[in-house]
Amino acid sequence: MTDAAAETVTPAREPTWRERNQSSIRQARLYVRTFARNGSAMLGLGIVTLFLLTAALGPWIVPFPEDAAGSVHLDIKLQPPDAVHWFGTDEVGNDVFTRVIVGTRVSLQIGLIITGIAMLIGVPLGMIAGFVGGWTGEAIMRFTDVFLAVPGLILAIAIVGALGPGILNAMLALSLVWWPGYVRLVQAKTLSLKNSIYVDAARSMGAGKMRIVFVHILPNCASPIVVKASMDMGMAILGAASLGFLGLGAQPPYPEWGAMISVGRNYLPDWWWYSFFPGLFIFLTVLGFNLMGDGLRDILDPRHRE
Amino acid sequence: MLLFLLRRSLFMVGMLFALLIITFVISHVAPGDPAALAAGPDASAEMIETIRKEHGLDKPLPQQFLIYVGGVLQGDFGNSIHTGREVVDDLVRFFPATFELVLASILFAILLGVPLGVLSAVKQNTWIDHVTRVFSVSGVGVPMFWLGLMLQLFFALQLGWFPLGGQLDMMTDPPAPITHLYTVDSILRGQFDVTLEALRHLVLPALSLCFPALASIIRVNRAEMLETLNQDYITNARAQGISPLRIVGLYALKNAMLPTLAMIGLRFGWMLGGTVLVETVFDWPGVGLYAVQTAVSSDFEPIMAVTVLLGFCFMVANFVIDIVYGWLDPRVRGTT
Repeated sequence: MTDAAAETVTPAREPTWRERNQSSIRQARLYVRTFARNGSAMLGLGIVTLFLLTAALGPWIVPFPEDAAGSVHLDIKLQPPDAVHWFGTDEVGNDVFTRVIVGTRVSLQIGLIITGIAMLIGVPLGMIAGFVGGWTGEAIMRFTDVFLAVPGLILAIAIVGALGPGILNAMLALSLVWWPGYVRLVQAKTLSLKNSIYVDAARSMGAGKMRIVFVHILPNCASPIVVKASMDMGMAILGAASLGFLGLGAQPPYPEWGAMISVGRNYLPDWWWYSFFPGLFIFLTVLGFNLMGDGLRDILDPRHRE
Repeated sequence: MLLFLLRRSLFMVGMLFALLIITFVISHVAPGDPAALAAGPDASAEMIETIRKEHGLDKPLPQQFLIYVGGVLQGDFGNSIHTGREVVDDLVRFFPATFELVLASILFAILLGVPLGVLSAVKQNTWIDHVTRVFSVSGVGVPMFWLGLMLQLFFALQLGWFPLGGQLDMMTDPPAPITHLYTVDSILRGQFDVTLEALRHLVLPALSLCFPALASIIRVNRAEMLETLNQDYITNARAQGISPLRIVGLYALKNAMLPTLAMIGLRFGWMLGGTVLVETVFDWPGVGLYAVQTAVSSDFEPIMAVTVLLGFCFMVANFVIDIVYGWLDPRVRGTT
């Protein structure tokens, strides 16, 4: 009797993946739709995608791969743009198009490293300042304020001046001046989350400090961090190019855009293409990351929606 | 208000002290021998040792820091190998040019940015608005140094409207110094041809330097105007038949100016940093060009001095903006 009754009860069907994640899927759809409806954000995404593809495939799609490392063909130096050399050639006959395209990968590396180090320094400091608070938090925030009170580029030049010019030192210097923004951002967010009801609930259920920080607070700080990081990618590339232009960053013939403009500048006005195209690529890259960051902010932070 | 002022001043003194700690750490603790750096790349071991003694670099770090701060307070920033002069003399010589450039850029940014922002908001969704928005979105991404070069290429070399660089023509004597700002001094001395020349030299560098800030100002001003123009008191003013010009210019703009002002303060740091780039492009004889020339030759003490000087300028600017803000918006006074 009991056996028969048990057999008639059909066991509850395991919910499918789709059903289990229904709310997240709906959320994601909303995000995609909001982003797709935003014209400038899509333009940004397009530029950034193109930038990433170029960085990934660059060395294989360029017409003269050997020109990236700085080979010499003096017979075709300083040729204006034509069908063979789309962006013309430079003072030693290298194809400017090749060097600008290969420079995309250099710039991507620069952007990732600077933003990455800045986040690695800034996010934990901001967390500690916001979560621990008190004397420690105050000390961290005042320290951050000082860094924010000096124009970043100037401080970076001072650091490069101490370490010596070069692409590695330039990246290090820019990372060292870039982190304070993250501290401010994460500290403010942590502070507001620390006293929210769900964190109180977690605490009352006996969650440890580490668990609260990593499971409950950090994931909720993620979206402003992603937005800032996306905008910073462009600005970090611009910063490194600025140092390269000043002769303090990448050194020619390294295919970095700023360094290229710094040399190309000596060949203005007659050989304008030499400095025009690298600059155009810096501009488009920064624009792309900014527009994408703006769009991301619109979807991740509803208060900014128009 | 007095308490507010006092609190902000004390805060600034603390910040300045902290800034000295940072430059000290960069110059004394960072890898690399400051004595070797100060002596220059071609110095012998004995020369380095002499400089080490001379600058007190053989003493313990805290003592060195006190010596450093003491020196800075007395205006002693060390010597420049590049120019062969005391750094403080160089700063006095080069700073007015930078100050004039930054001042002109801020004026440009405000005089162009605020009206364009207002126009864009008032003519929302017309072609004027679209053009202005594209401009303000893309402007932030333009590399200042590249823009400078392109402006040179087009307006100086192609059209010949403006000079290529420098603060005055080679042949022109600068006006006898009063404020050390060429435009102001030449007016005070009645040399109006020099004023005109100085202004023509100022246009392209100032435009390059203000560009990113200009874009941000337009953007913020437009957004604030749009929000303000939708408020009840504006509708009320409209209903009372007050002229649109008066409403926009007086009632709305005044409130929209607060965030714009904050943005100007924020972007001021970009401008100070940008002087380094723009001065290099336009051969503008200011502290930015000085910093770059000395940094490239690892001439160490001048860069630290410029860092302290420009950091100080930024702090003063923020201080002034805080005060103006507190004056315009009484609510701020209590909180900061």
